[in-house]
Amino acid sequence: MTPALTIIAKELRSFFVSPVVYVIGAIFLAVVGLMSYQAVANASNQALRLMQLQNTYAQLNLNEMIFRPLFQSMNLILMIILPLLTMRLFAEERKLRTFELLLTSPIGVNEIVSGKFLSVLIVYAGLLSLTGLIPLTLAAYATFDWNPILLGYLALLLQGALMLSIGLFASALTENQIIAAFLSFGLIVGLWVLGALSTAFGDSTLGNILSYLSFTEHFQRLIRGLLNVKDLVYYISGMAFMWFAAHQAIDAYRWK
Amino acid sequence: MIDVQHVTKRYGKVTALNDISFSIAKGEIVAFLGPNGAGKTTTMRILTGFMPPTSGTVSIAGFDCLEEPWEVKKHIGYLPETPPLYLEFTVREYLTFVGRIKRLGPKQLQERMEITINQTGLTEVQGRVIGNLSRGYRQRVGLAQALLHNPPVLILDEPTTGLDPNQIIEIRDLIKNLAGSHTIILSTHLLAEATAICQKVIIIHQGQIVAIDTPEQLGAKFRQSTMLQLTVKQSDPDLLDALGKIPGVMHVSHGPTPNTYAIETKIGKDVREELTQLVVARGAGLLELTTQTVSLEDVFKAFTTSDKPVMKPQENTVASTSQ
Repeated sequence: MTPALTIIAKELRSFFVSPVVYVIGAIFLAVVGLMSYQAVANASNQALRLMQLQNTYAQLNLNEMIFRPLFQSMNLILMIILPLLTMRLFAEERKLRTFELLLTSPIGVNEIVSGKFLSVLIVYAGLLSLTGLIPLTLAAYATFDWNPILLGYLALLLQGALMLSIGLFASALTENQIIAAFLSFGLIVGLWVLGALSTAFGDSTLGNILSYLSFTEHFQRLIRGLLNVKDLVYYISGMAFMWFAAHQAIDAYRWK
Repeated sequence: MIDVQHVTKRYGKVTALNDISFSIAKGEIVAFLGPNGAGKTTTMRILTGFMPPTSGTVSIAGFDCLEEPWEVKKHIGYLPETPPLYLEFTVREYLTFVGRIKRLGPKQLQERMEITINQTGLTEVQGRVIGNLSRGYRQRVGLAQALLHNPPVLILDEPTTGLDPNQIIEIRDLIKNLAGSHTIILSTHLLAEATAICQKVIIIHQGQIVAIDTPEQLGAKFRQSTMLQLTVKQSDPDLLDALGKIPGVMHVSHGPTPNTYAIETKIGKDVREELTQLVVARGAGLLELTTQTVSLEDVFKAFTTSDKPVMKPQENTVASTSQ
């Protein structure tokens, strides 16, 4: 077992013995389930109305009516719950002094950071894949285009991974888990607000920079079913930057 | 085995360690002694490669801590002040994790695991969750973690703090048994511990090394004179001068009260008989005469309180009479 795999295994074990993952997972799945139910109910209402109005069989675009709003709401929920998944990653090690064990072992900071990131990504991907039941169930009753849905899941995965890497960094800054959670929540909301701010500047250079920095534009494009290299680059580079920042935070902790 | 040259460590403007140099031979057990905040933990963290020194060089088993941190880490077992335990793991699971990050192969890990669990007396609790163990057991798990990859150098930061007397003795015996095959540095603020298990003592105070020697030598070095404390009943203004005239007495001063006298005499010269005769002859009323032996405690105090050596009375009561 390589050291990074060892870290992943250890982190996964810690995740699943603590109630946090179960509580967060339950809340996430319950809220997503409720929202999807509402979206479907809403869509069928509209379909009924259309049928009465036009007296014909209405073919609704389910991607637009159900999945796009659902993905958008999921994104909002992720902003709240993902900081709770990442908060303990480093903060707990610092608090329990186990960080000293890791840092005095023949294992690199990169391996620690990547191991921890991958472990929480696995947990998140597991949760996300459970919501796949929603389109699978719907597919039994309706027909729709699968491509935008798969891209939507890719968008949620990337979006979540970016948030997790932000949380990873925040957790490396403090030994207090609550502070880590709020810090990553603040950073994520900050990135989100940048997107809203960018519309105020319109198509100026500043406006474009702000809208590139925020995840909103990239996420919207992906869930609309558009796969753009630029958006993938955004997510990957954002994560890389956060890993680097986390690495720096750990070094600063040792050197201080 | 361990060579520290001119190491200085600053935290911002605070100098935690100031130009420390020492070396430790293979198989030695050495104690770092110093009051809290003297720089013991900082020194240990630098030795383990946890943090780099501001200046100076450290080498362990021939590897430089800055240039080959990887090799150094493989050669060191480190028990921090708080044992680094994952409380939700069982002892075996925890040790398996440690073995893997210490890069032991699966076979080696199995072998070392059995040996270490036996060595540290964890056989009965190996399947239990660490969070449910007592402090003594947790400390042993911490020690097992340091020993697992069989490192030639062990660095133990206050290994007996917070344990009850029986547990302290157990851990000390364990450490003593490791001597010879391992080079051990441990830090403590308990002098008895240093005397009990270490061949060499390094006293650190305010980031500087104030003494390096064996416990016995440290005591002897300090004992260049014998201190006597005399208490009389009547105040006698001339007694001070009279005492000073006794051959062998180097210095006399008043003790905590005007009727007590601190008398410093040459080593090997017993003046107690003359002293009592003098006091009795003057009718001052001899109440008490005690010699104060120098313990390691006094040496420690002397080195670590920046002003004059402080003597503790009530050590060996030699004569105690009352009139």
